[in-house]
Amino acid sequence: MAKPVISFQNVSFRYDENQPWVLKNVSFEIHKNEWVAIIGHNGSGKSTIAKLLNGLLFPQKGEIAINGKPINEETVWDIRKEVGMVFQNPDNQFVGATVQDDVAFGMENRGIPREEMEKRIDETLQAVGMGEYRLTEPHRLSGGQKQRVAIASVLAVSPEVLILDEATAMLDPRGREEIMHTVANLQQSKELALITITHDLHEVVQADRVIVMNEGEIWDEGLPREIFSKKDELQKIGLDVPFITALAAELQKNGIALQREPLYGEELLEDLWTLYSKM
Amino acid sequence: MDIIFKNVTHIYQPRSPFEHIALKDISLFIPSGSFVAVIGHTGSGKSTLISHLNGLSLPTEGEIRIGEFTLTKDKKPENLMELRSRVGVVFQYPEHQLFEESVRKDIAFGPKNFGVSEEEIESRIREVLPAVGLSESLLARSPFDLSGGQMRRVAIAGVLATKPEVIVLDEPTAGLDPRGQKEIMEMFYHLHHSENLTTVLVTHSMEDALKYADYVIILNKGKKYMEGKPEDIFIQKEALHQVGLDVPEIVEFIASFEEKFQTKIPFHNQSISQLAQHIAEQLRGVG
Amino acid sequence: MNNLMIIGQYVPGDSVIHRLDPRTKITVIFFFVVIVFFANNLWSYSTLIIFALLSMFSSKVPIRFILKGLTPVWFLIIFTFLLHLFITKEGTKVVDFWIFEFYSGGILQGIAISIRFFLLILVTSLLTLTTTPIEITDAVEEMLAPLKKVKFPVHELALMMSISLRFIPTLMQETEKISRAQASRGVDYRTGPLKERIKAIVPLLVPLFVSAFKRAEELAMAMEARGYRGGEGRSKLRELRIEKIDIGIYIFFIIVAAIVFATRSYG
Repeated sequence: MAKPVISFQNVSFRYDENQPWVLKNVSFEIHKNEWVAIIGHNGSGKSTIAKLLNGLLFPQKGEIAINGKPINEETVWDIRKEVGMVFQNPDNQFVGATVQDDVAFGMENRGIPREEMEKRIDETLQAVGMGEYRLTEPHRLSGGQKQRVAIASVLAVSPEVLILDEATAMLDPRGREEIMHTVANLQQSKELALITITHDLHEVVQADRVIVMNEGEIWDEGLPREIFSKKDELQKIGLDVPFITALAAELQKNGIALQREPLYGEELLEDLWTLYSKM
Repeated sequence: MDIIFKNVTHIYQPRSPFEHIALKDISLFIPSGSFVAVIGHTGSGKSTLISHLNGLSLPTEGEIRIGEFTLTKDKKPENLMELRSRVGVVFQYPEHQLFEESVRKDIAFGPKNFGVSEEEIESRIREVLPAVGLSESLLARSPFDLSGGQMRRVAIAGVLATKPEVIVLDEPTAGLDPRGQKEIMEMFYHLHHSENLTTVLVTHSMEDALKYADYVIILNKGKKYMEGKPEDIFIQKEALHQVGLDVPEIVEFIASFEEKFQTKIPFHNQSISQLAQHIAEQLRGVG
Repeated sequence: MNNLMIIGQYVPGDSVIHRLDPRTKITVIFFFVVIVFFANNLWSYSTLIIFALLSMFSSKVPIRFILKGLTPVWFLIIFTFLLHLFITKEGTKVVDFWIFEFYSGGILQGIAISIRFFLLILVTSLLTLTTTPIEITDAVEEMLAPLKKVKFPVHELALMMSISLRFIPTLMQETEKISRAQASRGVDYRTGPLKERIKAIVPLLVPLFVSAFKRAEELAMAMEARGYRGGEGRSKLRELRIEKIDIGIYIFFIIVAAIVFATRSYG
């Protein structure tokens, strides 16, 4: 198997010595062109993972590497070029006075020449569907639009990893949909390693793999349908399952033997149809 | 308290280049004791609508009656404070309004402004704390030392301590994790019944509206688009899609099931397990 | 609150004045302000008035915006005029009625001072009406650049300015939200004795500060995550360039200045 883009090896982290461990011996790998969702209730340690990946925090134990390069004080500036992050609050990460200034910010920090910046601003704004807003000021944008600009800003320095740290939590359903649509397309076309940290089950269902965090440890890891088949256990650690999974579980209780763990309505309907035609 | 809107229009900065019609000719009736969900996109006028409920805004045209209080264009009710003490508002991210040095003082702030006596405030604090799921050991702590979820509960306790008859909730679960969301909604649902409240819930969640509300009002571009019982409104998939809203997942599934199996499952706000049972029976040919 | 925003607010446009390099505008306005104090007779004042009005019309900013921007200072202009009218006792007595005694010198000086005021405010507000705050920031950064040699944090200052500007609308919305939340909890900002009203500001200010700090913290983290590490080695998207039209304006202004100095009365 190809070398992982991200590797977390036995990572433990706490804010200081008098405080409890936020992460305990966490290990995982994420590959190129893979979408991983990290879920867990608030305080389970999932946002800490994001900050560690970007060198905003450093672990006390274990090693984190991006493309085989360990993250430390010396490599952190290069690492940040590879790992782009979009945070929760759309307002508090918009640095520029206008959309184009914000997209330029990351590139300016890296000394990218002007002409190249102009080109990439156009490209990335097009890619997130904000091409018409180049000169717009942030207070005239909706939350979803601001987040799309944030994504464009990150993409402009062409990272290999994109992390969305609850980036849709403060948006309305329409804004959420816009973001997830944009991100899913970008992940495919740019073969990004995508990490979405989220509570939104619709986002989790779309991922290739799910990591469930609880009390600073990896509680489980697997395909979305594997994870969601553990409905009762998930609920014990404060997590929910999608409607279809919940319905499937209830149907099983009523003696309907389904062949697989459905995630989508169509899947469940198909299974039911197969069963029905046999009855 | 009954809430009545009669042809209410609200215009921000009328006759200026920034003129903006936020509400247009809205009439509605929210009977005392009901649990109403107000749904609509950002910019549909939801926030403006609820800011009229405690006199933060006055209508540009039309009339609003809340119990014995009347709000019109140029007439604030004589006793605005009294109105505000009887209509409690939990704003979006209410933890942003905390400012006192202790949890106790912050909860006491509202009732104190409304002239409630010290002893009464103290007894109300003891009453609301368990209701919002906080322990008394937190009372002396600074609200800023608490976790986000706890801060929100303190803010909610501060609103409940004024003993409102009407409670307005503006997306009270925004930003919480699934467990927190459920706990907060269950809490308000419980309070709604135990305190005989009239509850107005502004939400984006069709699921919450379906689960808790007994009446739904849908706003679009400042106008009332639809209203009715949740089980009647949420089956109108086409109409909802037209204004960019989705139907709850259970309704969506029932609709596609009906289509695939050429059958009918009447929607009456059944639970998931009731639905599963019904489907199982149908498949076995019992139903 | 929105009304306040109109004062000195940028009015988008594509006029000559809009297109000028902000450094040109700042420089010309600076020297205009100086020269205004040299004008002392009909000719020199007329030259300056013509220059100001010409700039105003070529900016194509609707007159009502400009007048609106002047509203808060009308009072000041009228007040200064009246002050001179009552206090200066030079020249011939023109009015002598009841307690009023007005002298020609007073009237003339009153008019002159009012015109001076009017010109200063008109021209400076033209700067903010036709230049985005970020352009002004860029210009300041460029113009202060020589100070970098003495370790003056020019880049940091400019960044601070542009971020503050960027957050003004956000903080205004926030203020509005918190004040509504507290009003709902029974805070009365509008009535009651002054002491009570001042006390009512605390529940507004504390949450504002708390949130501003939180925003600052998050913003700093977001900037770091996007590779910000100070001004060194940074490139810039915005580039200021002196064009032919800027040179033209400088020449035109020098002529205006020359006329003022030629026509003013000496001695």
